[in-house]
Amino acid sequence: MDAPSSEQPAPGRAGIRSQADGAAMTLEAERLACRRGELHLFEGVGFALAAGELLFVRGRNGSGKTTLLRTLCGLSEPARGQVRWLGQDIRRLDERAQRQMLYLGHQDAVKDELTPLENLQVHQGLRGERSTLDERLDALEQAGLGGCEEIPARYLSQGQRRRTALARLLISPAALWVLDEPLTALDRRAVAWLFGRIAEHLRRGGLVVTTSHQSIDGLPEPRILELD
Amino acid sequence: MVRPLWTLLQRDISLIVTRRQDVLTVVAFFVIVITLFPLAIGPEPEKLRTIAPGAVWVAAALASLISLDRLFADDWRDGTLEQLALAPQPLALTALAKVLAHWLSLGLPLVILSPALGYALGLQGIELAVLAGSLLLGTPVLSLLGAVGAAMTLGVRGGGALMALLILPLYVPVLILGAGAVNEAMFAAPYQAHLSLLGALLAVALPLLPLAIAGALRITLD
Repeated sequence: MDAPSSEQPAPGRAGIRSQADGAAMTLEAERLACRRGELHLFEGVGFALAAGELLFVRGRNGSGKTTLLRTLCGLSEPARGQVRWLGQDIRRLDERAQRQMLYLGHQDAVKDELTPLENLQVHQGLRGERSTLDERLDALEQAGLGGCEEIPARYLSQGQRRRTALARLLISPAALWVLDEPLTALDRRAVAWLFGRIAEHLRRGGLVVTTSHQSIDGLPEPRILELD
Repeated sequence: MVRPLWTLLQRDISLIVTRRQDVLTVVAFFVIVITLFPLAIGPEPEKLRTIAPGAVWVAAALASLISLDRLFADDWRDGTLEQLALAPQPLALTALAKVLAHWLSLGLPLVILSPALGYALGLQGIELAVLAGSLLLGTPVLSLLGAVGAAMTLGVRGGGALMALLILPLYVPVLILGAGAVNEAMFAAPYQAHLSLLGALLAVALPLLPLAIAGALRITLD
């Protein structure tokens, strides 16, 4: 995808780092088969997603979208097949490859007791990422949390908690974003904002895998993976 | 690699300390269980002194068990556990940092309090020091063992009771060695062997059990 990069890159955010050792920046799935308990969800799923590409996973409820995304980031083990990220088996990534992947699941991983600012800081700390206070404040501001950076998350709405989680995307150097239903609880403006961030991430050579039941008009042309 | 673990340690301790009731509940539980013994057995000082090491150790084991119930539960419910599993550092080290934070905020207070409770039951002098020392070496092992159980029973209905069934039998060696050390001290016998064995248990548990915890967590998250 080579859209013109006329837009200024957002301040305070590192670009996608090129892979110094030359490992291809691709996410590959090979003949994946997954099941939950006795239920066979899908089999024979395969693709190779290259830098700058967006994969949109579509399917009815229970078709295995979440399971596929969890398998793609290495949380679940496939019944058959393999997932490779930067040429490595996803279940055995080294530290650097792990850092290049960011997963956002159904749950926001936002702590009630901590403020959005602290949540962001802790999340980064756990991944061994560094950012300045200004960068974090700026990310929260962009995510639409200006004014509630210092309020414990338990007082925030669902949408604001979601935005707290999404603010991670702004300051993470990860190249691959795996976003499970990222639009849940977001209002229209936040959706437009997120689509803008995803488009920019792709332009910088990032990869995005996502799923949603809502309309994705406004996102760059995705590759579609249909589960049934 | 150290910084993420330091972040986690700080976060967990500050979460436990801000919640406060967790610490208070565990400490109060520990004290109340010990005070039940004189009420049930009778106030004769010699009898109380005899059961003191066992009473304190049983109370510490039970307090450790009830406090570990929630070690991973909150992180699991809000999705933090997934993020920890996907963080660059090994999950076993992450688990070790969590257990350490838990022990520092909920286990160490029991160790500090134990001489006072031992004294109330009639222990004296060196016996109190041996009691605290045995708990200092033993309760981290209890925490690590309990964490394996907590990780295995995450999300299981009635997980707390199941965890007690799984883990209490594994507490037995620690309990025997810990209470045994104090008993030896009471008869002016050499108690160092018991303490050395407790230390050996800790030295084995410290590198191995985090691997078991990480394995159990991965299965839960799968």
